[in-house]
Amino acid sequence: MSSTAVFAKASPLDALQNWLPRLVLAPSMLIVLVGFYGYIFWTFLLSFTNSRFMPSYKWVGLQQYLRLWDNDRWWVASKNLLLFGGLFIGISLVIGVLLAVLLDQRVRREGFIRTVYLYPMALSMIVTGTAWKWLLNPGLGLDKLLRDWGWEGFRFDWLVDPERVVYCLVIAAVWQSSGFVMALFLAGLRGVDPSIIRSAQVDGASLPSIYLRIVLPSLRPVFFSALMILAHIAIKSFDLVAAMTAGGPGYASDLPAMFMYAHTFTRGQMGLGAASAMLMLGAVLAIIVPYLYSELRNKRHD
Amino acid sequence: MTSVVGHKPLSLGRVAIHATLLLACAVYLVPLLVMLLTSFKTPDDIRAGNLLSLPEVFSLIGWIKAWDSVGGYFWNSVKITVPAVLISTLLGALNGYVLSMWRFRGSQLFFGLLLFGCFLPFQVILLPASFTLGKLGLADTTAGLVLVHVVYGLAFTTLFFRNFYVSIPDALVRAARLDGAGFFTIFGRILLPMSVPTIMVCLIWQFTQIWNDFLFGVVFASGDSQPITVALNNLVNTSTGAKQYNVDMAAAMIAGLPTLVVYVLAGKYFLRGLTAGAVKG
Amino acid sequence: MASLQLCNVHKRYGAGQPDTLKNIELKIDSGEFLILVGPSGCGKSTLMNSIAGLEDITGGQILVDGQDVSGMSPKDRDIAMVFQSYALYPTMNVRDNIAFGLKMRKVAQEKIDEEVARVAKLLQIEHLLMRKPSQLSGGQQQRVAMGRALARRPKIYLFDEPLSNLDAKLRVEMRTEIKLMHQRLKTTTVYVTHDQIEAMTLGDKVAVMKDGIVQQFGTPHEIYNDPANQFVASFIGSPPMNFVPLRTRLHDGQCFGLLESATGVAGQARCELALGEAAELEGRELLLGVRPEQIQLAGADSTLPSLTAEVEVVEPTGPDTLVFVSLNDTKVCCRVAPDAAPQAGARLQLQFDPARVLLFDAASGERLRPGKRQATERKVAQLKRG
Repeated sequence: MSSTAVFAKASPLDALQNWLPRLVLAPSMLIVLVGFYGYIFWTFLLSFTNSRFMPSYKWVGLQQYLRLWDNDRWWVASKNLLLFGGLFIGISLVIGVLLAVLLDQRVRREGFIRTVYLYPMALSMIVTGTAWKWLLNPGLGLDKLLRDWGWEGFRFDWLVDPERVVYCLVIAAVWQSSGFVMALFLAGLRGVDPSIIRSAQVDGASLPSIYLRIVLPSLRPVFFSALMILAHIAIKSFDLVAAMTAGGPGYASDLPAMFMYAHTFTRGQMGLGAASAMLMLGAVLAIIVPYLYSELRNKRHD
Repeated sequence: MTSVVGHKPLSLGRVAIHATLLLACAVYLVPLLVMLLTSFKTPDDIRAGNLLSLPEVFSLIGWIKAWDSVGGYFWNSVKITVPAVLISTLLGALNGYVLSMWRFRGSQLFFGLLLFGCFLPFQVILLPASFTLGKLGLADTTAGLVLVHVVYGLAFTTLFFRNFYVSIPDALVRAARLDGAGFFTIFGRILLPMSVPTIMVCLIWQFTQIWNDFLFGVVFASGDSQPITVALNNLVNTSTGAKQYNVDMAAAMIAGLPTLVVYVLAGKYFLRGLTAGAVKG
Repeated sequence: MASLQLCNVHKRYGAGQPDTLKNIELKIDSGEFLILVGPSGCGKSTLMNSIAGLEDITGGQILVDGQDVSGMSPKDRDIAMVFQSYALYPTMNVRDNIAFGLKMRKVAQEKIDEEVARVAKLLQIEHLLMRKPSQLSGGQQQRVAMGRALARRPKIYLFDEPLSNLDAKLRVEMRTEIKLMHQRLKTTTVYVTHDQIEAMTLGDKVAVMKDGIVQQFGTPHEIYNDPANQFVASFIGSPPMNFVPLRTRLHDGQCFGLLESATGVAGQARCELALGEAAELEGRELLLGVRPEQIQLAGADSTLPSLTAEVEVVEPTGPDTLVFVSLNDTKVCCRVAPDAAPQAGARLQLQFDPARVLLFDAASGERLRPGKRQATERKVAQLKRG
């Protein structure tokens, strides 16, 4: 019968079909293995060399890490990251949750209000930084606005104050990201079973205590997602600093990402930059790994 | 406050809620308003008035000067963004298709490895990537930036499509195989037409990511190949001459406008991308 | 249409994994309707996917019309399948869904139109052809899924639990319709289900599966009346067969099983059944298998062994009434006519036909078929009881 002929003819094609999925995925696998993990390893190697403007492969052991340890600017950057990250995450969460809860009260024009809260997330950090740099301009920005409006003694010069410049970064970053936190929590609130709220009301609980004791605790997973993403944004923050302060005044507003860029690409300290990049990776891993672990474990329990 | 849940439209609580929400709206909108106002002022006007004062005369001089200095880089960004978005979306769709419908030994491990790319701090690959671009002769070129954006956008685009395709019953693929459709026919004729929302999410996510990128732009491009974010930053942070804030603000608006327009037109997909990227794999 | 034969089919997902399919031997002739039935995880869906070519087998042969297809890709096997989830292509309308398989096989357009018209008429879905699947009800989607299979006129049809997503009423309707369709078209069909009623009503042949093994392969009549083991006996039939542990007594080379109710009425609370040759039953724990409809109210045939038991629960189902009593400390279901149904607490006289009850080894579930001496034995047992 003809079917045998069909079989013989189709065979090499069938073999190709069987291999197609692997063939299609192969370029991406190569990219991931080389471009992600290979490069991480490469950077790891560089962090143990004395590379300066050009990569060199002279092994110097932990010397670059020791230099970081002794480097005042690195410590400023790290402390700034803790301060900036802590404030940025904390304030964004508080504002985001508050706005989400308020928006959840069957508000008129909810769609429009939501759009307004979220639009800064669509902007580049460079644009955000440029705008806030102007808003916080000592002399012409908010400073002048409030004086024009009658607050004679008002002074706002945090942008050039080494002690307070980090707070300027926090303000701009919160402006950009708190709407996103709001959106995450609003989606979470919409997923809460309304009968829980109704039964709590029947039990006589007041609305604020329903939210504080019942609804928000049930949004723990959303809270952790938001926390992780915000932490991730904070650690990677580079553009905002570049646009707003360029790390200044001096290096008062330096962050590790800025430190890494400056040493690697403008100051010819490639080895030191690589070491700082590895420490950044370590910080991200310290946050991500426990999160992913608990996510996966929860999934297995489902 | 308990009355809030009821339907009394004008209780004190509801007024307070609306007032708070509108105040917050104002706070979010002020920076945009200030940028717009400032961009239409003249330098003298800026020094005379304040952030929220209206321009004496609406002047386009800031916008004209801004376009003169960053217009070319705007097109650079277009030339980088469009191909990078399209290529990374297509690759992400194919990857997601294989990872959900054609699993093979090791494909799950690969997905796990790829997923980590969503969290990768790019600082850790900058040096080897720049060496590689140099070796390939792609340093300081648009093509080089396209390549970098495709490679490091792959994690998110794959995640979007994989998560969508996992929700589709694989009986669909089995039915199509019995009907005689092959790997690419199933993808093109059956799955892609179903993926329009996911394609939108992915396109918009990639567009905002790549358009707004600064790190890759500043590291891998120089001079004429720079994207607009880098050009804007250079413009704003040059210390020579008197600051022209109207030009800065107009340039910032030019840099921000494409993503803002996309956000206003397709906010639904933008939000979905953000939350999909946010809430696990 | 074509015959289908599975020879020693074997499937294992990886080294060290347990076998998913073990030594499957099945054969149906052209035009026959085969049911694969079993609890979830028994391997019936894997077996169906293996026939379709969606999964590779690790041993044995799958023969369609005598030709081994086990190495072929699904599209070359000329097999169509109806899925539990229907798996209609959501972006195509009904017409394109039905035509897709023909298009993929590069059938001429006029021929495609002809075929679509034919199956649309057959399934009475002509008015739905331009709709998208999301605009159809569950029953309509089900019809389109069948239409997609029918349009290709394949050698073999596979149905993967096609009715389990429908509501109860529609399920009965579609069941009848599938049977009608099969009677008219005489298509070779393999039908997977976990519903024993579908298995009984639709199949020419039924294969009951568990743990990757075919427990019994036969006609519905054989499966119901002559089950190969306790699993098959318990899986087929609703309400299920009663299994009562038996105490035994040996007498004169014969084995007798003792049934006892908990009513405490002296002399009437127990009876003995002659089971068969003692040699084959000695030393085993025995289970008596008796279907609810095989326990009768006494009076019709006084020669059968009978006993009195107290009714614990009465469940009317409409066509008949289920009565529960305790025998040998085990709850036993009897099916009686509604007008003969007693009240809870009443005493019933029940009788058993030793020729129809089944015996199982309690430990292995194996069916025991001891040799029997005829007719007179019953009377002996009856006398002994008195």
